[in-house]
Amino acid sequence: MNEAALLIAATIASGTPLALAGLGLLLNEKAGILNLGAEGMMLVAAIAGFATAFLTGSDLVAFAAGAAAGAAMALVFGVLVIWLNTNQYASGLALSLFGAGFSAFVGLAFVGKKLETREAFQVPWLGELPFIGPALFRQHPMAYLAIALTLAVAWFLYRSRGGLILRAVGESPESAHALGYRVRLLRLAAVVAGGALCGLAGAYLSVVYAPLWVEGLVAGRGWIALALTTFATWRPARVLLGAYLFGGVTMLQFALQTMNVQVASQLLAMLPYLATIVVLALISRNPTWIRINMPASLGKPFHPGS
Amino acid sequence: MIRLEARAEPSQAMSLASPLIALVLTALLAAGLFVMLGKDPVQGLAVFFIEPLNGLRAVSEVALKATPLILCALGLAVCYRSNVWNIGAEGQLLLGAVAGGGMALWLGGLGLDASRGAFAPLVLLAGMAGGMAWAAIVALLRDRFNASEILVSLMLVYVAQQLVNYLVFGPWKDPQGFNFPQTPTFDPSTWLLPLWRGTRLHWGALVVPVMVLLAWAFLFRSWRGFQLQVGGLAPAAARYAGFSSRQALWLALMLSGGLAGLAGAMEVAGPLRQLTPHISTGIGFTAIIVCFVGRLHPVGIVFSGFLLSMMLIGGELGQSRLGLPNALTGVFQGLLLFLLLACDTLIAYRVRLGSAARGAT
Repeated sequence: MNEAALLIAATIASGTPLALAGLGLLLNEKAGILNLGAEGMMLVAAIAGFATAFLTGSDLVAFAAGAAAGAAMALVFGVLVIWLNTNQYASGLALSLFGAGFSAFVGLAFVGKKLETREAFQVPWLGELPFIGPALFRQHPMAYLAIALTLAVAWFLYRSRGGLILRAVGESPESAHALGYRVRLLRLAAVVAGGALCGLAGAYLSVVYAPLWVEGLVAGRGWIALALTTFATWRPARVLLGAYLFGGVTMLQFALQTMNVQVASQLLAMLPYLATIVVLALISRNPTWIRINMPASLGKPFHPGS
Repeated sequence: MIRLEARAEPSQAMSLASPLIALVLTALLAAGLFVMLGKDPVQGLAVFFIEPLNGLRAVSEVALKATPLILCALGLAVCYRSNVWNIGAEGQLLLGAVAGGGMALWLGGLGLDASRGAFAPLVLLAGMAGGMAWAAIVALLRDRFNASEILVSLMLVYVAQQLVNYLVFGPWKDPQGFNFPQTPTFDPSTWLLPLWRGTRLHWGALVVPVMVLLAWAFLFRSWRGFQLQVGGLAPAAARYAGFSSRQALWLALMLSGGLAGLAGAMEVAGPLRQLTPHISTGIGFTAIIVCFVGRLHPVGIVFSGFLLSMMLIGGELGQSRLGLPNALTGVFQGLLLFLLLACDTLIAYRVRLGSAARGAT
C-alpha cells in the first residue's frame, strides 16, 4: 500500500519535467513553430540551473537561470527561423546538437558534484491524509506549478484574447497578418516562452529530480516532450496526462527491478522510448484526426508580403 | 539600418561560399574561446585544422574517421532531399555494428580455416541488413501509422544503444574478459584489414568513393532519384506526376539505413574488432552536420566529411596536447551547423545597408 503511494508520487515527479517542456512546446506549435531543439535547450538549462544552485544555493535563482538559458537559446532559434527563414527542422536539430556539446563543455566543472535532495512541500491537511497524502500532496513545489501552468496555458489558449490571436497565427499566419497582427513578433514571443518552459524543465531535472549533473542528463526527455504534443493532439490537459503516463513508464522500470523481475536492466531502460514510439504510432494512425487538431501552419515558414 | 532583400533567384556562388563563411566564423569564435580558456589561439586552431593533416599516418587517421561519417551522410542526403527527416542514423549505425558483430562472432565460432579478412564482406553485408532493418521500422511506422519519422528514428537511437549495452553486458560478453562489458575479439578471418601496415585505415575506405559515385548517379542521373527530389521539393507536383511518396519514403530510408549499417559494421570489423558499449561517439549525429555542410551533395559531403573528421581528431589532440576539454568538439560542431544555416540566408537574400528606397519592405 505504502509502496504504491510512493510509486504514484515518483510518477508525478518524473512526469513533471515532461509536462513543463511539453506545455512550452505546445505554445510553440500553437503559433506554428516546430522546435526540434527542445533536448538542447533542456540540457543547457539543466547545467545552468545546476551550476547556479551549486554556486548560489538558491533554487529560485537556479530556476530563473534555467528558464533564462532556455529562453536565450530559443531566441536565437526564433530569429533564425522566423526572420531569416531557415529550415525549422535543421535549425532545431542544430540547437539540439549545439546544446549537447555546449552543456557537456560547461558541465565539466560540475561532473560528480551533488546537491542535497530537495525537500518536498507537504500541502497542509491534505498531505496528512493516509495514502492520498504521500501519493499526491508531498511533492516538490514545481510539481504543483506544472499543474497550475497547465490550467494557465489552457485558459490562455482557449479563454483569452491573446490565446485566440496566437492560435490564429498558428492556423493561418496570412490571415492574421492581413488583420494587422504582427505575426513574426507573436511567433517569436511564443518560441521564447516555450524555450523558458523547456528551461524550467531542464533546471528541475538537474536541481530537483537528479539532483546532480552528468553529460546527457536529459536523456531524450526533450524528444519525448515533442512527441507528447502530438500524443495530446495539442491540448494542454492531455499534455499533462501524457506526461504522467510517460513518467509512470519510467518509474515502471525501477519498480520492476525492485520486484526482482528477471529482465535485464538494459531492456527495461528501453521502455520509455518504446512506449513513446508505440503511443505515437497509435495516435498518429488516424490522419484526419491529426489534421483537424494540428495547427495548420505547423513547420511552414511565413514571409509577410509574399 | 541593415535590411535583407530577396534575390531574384538563389545565388549559386553563395550556396558554395556559405559553408566557407560559416567555417571561418566558427574558427574565429573558436579562437575567442581558446583565449578565454587561457590558451594560445593560433596554437589552438593549428591543433584543430593543421595538425590532423601532419604526415601520412595522421592523414590516414582522418580518412579512417571520415569513412563512416561520409557513408552515413550520403544516405542522409538522399533522405533530406526527399523530405524524409531521418535523424536516427546513429541508431541505424549501431544496429549495423550489432548485426556485423553478430555475424563475425558466429563465423568465428564455426572454426573454419580461412585466411585473414576472408569473411569481411559477409560482415559488411550483415551490417547493411541490420541498418536497413532498423530503418525499416521507421518507414513502416511512417507508412502504415503516419508516425513522425523524426521522433521514431530518434527514439530508436536510445533503444539501439540499450540493445548494444544489453548484448555486451549480457549474452555476448566475453567469458574470459575479466567481466569487462565487451565481446571476445573477432576471429581474424572477419577483420577488415588495414590498407598499409602500421595504419588503421582499412579496405572499407575504398568503398567510400564507389558509394559517392553511386549516390551521385542515383540523385542526378536516375529517374528514381529525380522522382525522390521532386517529392522533396514540391510534394504536390510529385503527386500530380504520379510519383509515389510511399516508395520514396521506403527507398530513402532503406538507402540511408543500409549505408549507416555498413558504416557501423566497418567500425567494428575495422578499427574496433569487438563490440563494446562505446562503438559510436555520435557518428550518426555528426553525419547530419556533414550532410548539411556538404550541401546535401555527394561530392560536397566528401569535403565536409574530411573537415568534420579533422575537427574530431583535433578535439582529441587538443585534449592530449593542450589540455583542452574534448567536449569542445561538440560545441564547434553545433556552432558550425548553426552558423551555416544563418549564412544560408545569403543564398536567397542579399544584405543591404540603409533604409528601403522605394517603399519596399
